[in-house]
Amino acid sequence: MIPTDWFLLLGTGLFTIGVIGVLSRRNVLVILMSIELILNAVNINLVAFSHYLRSIDGQIFAIFVITDAAAEAAIGLGLIIALFRNKETVNADEINLLKW
Amino acid sequence: MSFLNSIWLVPLLPAAGATFQLLFGRKVKNRVVSAISVGLPGLSFLWAVGCFLELLNRPEHTFTKVLYTWLPAGAFHLSNGSLGNLTVSAGFLLDPLSGVMLLVVTGVGFIIHVYSTGYMKGEGGYYRFFGYMNLFMFSMLVLVLAENYLMMFVGWEGVGLCSYLLIGFYFKRKSASDAGKKAFVVNRIGDAGFLMGLMLITVTFGTLNFQQVTAMARSGQFPVGAGVITAICILLFVGAAGKSAQLPLYVWLPDAMEGPTPVSALIHAATMVTAGVYMVARSNALYVLSPFAMHLVAAIGVTTAFFAATIALVQNDIKRVLAYSTISQLGYMFVACGVGAFDAGIFHLMTHAFFKALLFLAAGSVIHSMGGEQDMRRMGGLRKKIPTTYWTFLIAALAISGIPPLSGFVSKDEILWQSYAGSEGHYLLWIVGWITAGLTALYMFRQIFMTFWGESHVSPEVEHHIHESPRSMLGPLVTLAGLSAVGGFIGWPYLLGGSYRFGVFLEPVFQNHLAIPAAQHAFTEFDLMALSIAIAASGIYLAYRIYVQYPQFAGRVAALAGAGYEILLNKYFVDELYDALFVNRTKDLGNTLAAFDAGVVDGGVNGVGWLTRLTADISRLWDIWVIDGLVNVMAFTVKLLSFPARIIQTGFVQNYAWLITFGVLVFFAYYLLHF
Repeated sequence: MIPTDWFLLLGTGLFTIGVIGVLSRRNVLVILMSIELILNAVNINLVAFSHYLRSIDGQIFAIFVITDAAAEAAIGLGLIIALFRNKETVNADEINLLKW
Repeated sequence: MSFLNSIWLVPLLPAAGATFQLLFGRKVKNRVVSAISVGLPGLSFLWAVGCFLELLNRPEHTFTKVLYTWLPAGAFHLSNGSLGNLTVSAGFLLDPLSGVMLLVVTGVGFIIHVYSTGYMKGEGGYYRFFGYMNLFMFSMLVLVLAENYLMMFVGWEGVGLCSYLLIGFYFKRKSASDAGKKAFVVNRIGDAGFLMGLMLITVTFGTLNFQQVTAMARSGQFPVGAGVITAICILLFVGAAGKSAQLPLYVWLPDAMEGPTPVSALIHAATMVTAGVYMVARSNALYVLSPFAMHLVAAIGVTTAFFAATIALVQNDIKRVLAYSTISQLGYMFVACGVGAFDAGIFHLMTHAFFKALLFLAAGSVIHSMGGEQDMRRMGGLRKKIPTTYWTFLIAALAISGIPPLSGFVSKDEILWQSYAGSEGHYLLWIVGWITAGLTALYMFRQIFMTFWGESHVSPEVEHHIHESPRSMLGPLVTLAGLSAVGGFIGWPYLLGGSYRFGVFLEPVFQNHLAIPAAQHAFTEFDLMALSIAIAASGIYLAYRIYVQYPQFAGRVAALAGAGYEILLNKYFVDELYDALFVNRTKDLGNTLAAFDAGVVDGGVNGVGWLTRLTADISRLWDIWVIDGLVNVMAFTVKLLSFPARIIQTGFVQNYAWLITFGVLVFFAYYLLHF
């Protein structure tokens, strides 16, 4: 069998890539994609533990997370479109209206 | 109805006139003003005559009436230590002396008022003139009718005020208003002496009532020559010298000619200037007690008489000659008082009132017909053109020169005789008086000849102007001429067969030894009389020779005399001397005090202001640096403290995300390390 640790490491790796993407990418769409990546990493974690603990709960939770991610993506895109309509840009660096 | 019981009407009527004119005169027609201002003094005169006649009917020719108590009893210490009580009432005293003065003032005053309606016709300020004239009549009547020194002083001040107002009547002319001020100021100097005299009387006698003071003085309480009495007399005389224009306080009278001619006639010839003589005569009981004071009065009187006559000799303004003549004649009156012949002094006062008023009014008539010309050098040959004026002027000139049987002769001669033979007389007084009489004749007839005789030096524009004055002016002239001519008869001397009624009438007041002269005089009265007539006649003749027959002579003498002539023409430079000694020094004092005020007093005020500004500045700096500084510091601190919180707000979402991540990592680290 594949040791559970490796699933967790994969999950961690994806999570880290996702976090780094959120923190350092300029294009807001890419930031969204990175957020999806984070969520998917969490999904992998959940499924991995579900397999390890021979329980279905983890998978059910993962379905919830997917649904949640979908809704969030829809709303996120809506936000970006609204933002684009106002600022004509998808560059996160240029959105600093709340700067002190 | 008793005239005497309402004697207060005599001063009240002119006072009412004055009040009406000064309050409403502007709004009524001149005719109304004339009617009131002549009618009321006229009524006053009639009432005065009534009072006088009633007085004659009384056994003792004395009447007093007290209206009310003016100053109620005030206790104080007399100079001899006893306790005194000064009560001053507002009351009237009518006795022979004030009776004579009353008739002169009301009579001559009325005549002059009538004249003024003609002279001042068409002048601006008509109502103001008559208002002041009536006010003057009121004050003068208060003066002569007063029963005590203080009320007399009220009248005294009142006439001084009216004199100022009337001299400065043409106030738009600087010389006129200056003359008014000069008159008032010089008068005031005399008044200071008068007041001190009054104060001395109060502490010596404890009363200011004439009858009481006279009684106390005659009671033998004070030895002859007592120092305090002498001091009183001298101080009172200082007042008289100011009011009656004697040396050294005469300087205002010539300048007073700036006023209209009726003013000169009434105030500066007939009435106000005689107030000093009246006052001295009223205080005769005091003067008799002090030979020194009497000698002083006589000496100053005769010196003034001579001094003024010399100046009159060279003056060219028709009124100036008369002004100096007045000063000179007043000197005579004081000589009379100084030798104890008070009745002679009052007699001369009366006759002088007649002929001097006449002289001024006639001069006014000349000026009026010449359209305002006053310089005698531009007159001449007027006697055919204005005959009435000429004849009345001539009569007055003869009277003043002392030609018998005119009034001036009788009174002046009485004075001259008394100055030689009287108990306090001295031959020197007579000599100077005699010479002055000659000078009087000389300058008077110089005036007559320059004005009315000889070639006409009238300028052409004025020439066809010349006309005789209206009846309102000529009537008074003629009346006064009559009085000047016959006025002497009531005092016709014993020597010439008369009964000297005037002196006898006044005797109860003066109680003087109508100085029956000592038998051993070198000259008899007749000799002296002849001498005075002689010098008067020679004066007239000399004037005739110089001014009619050889007109160039006067000019040549003047040129020869050179400096002497200049000195006389410039009135001995007395005014300039006074200016240098007193006027300019007072101005200097004024300037010094003004500089002090501007420098020190205002400097103080400015200093306080500067101090206030300084404190304000300090306040300002405190406010800016400290108060505002505190606030600024607080703000700065807040800003400083907020810096960290501020820099976090970058507005970049990714920064916020990083912060979240960083926080989570910190927590992770903590848990990893501690568990």
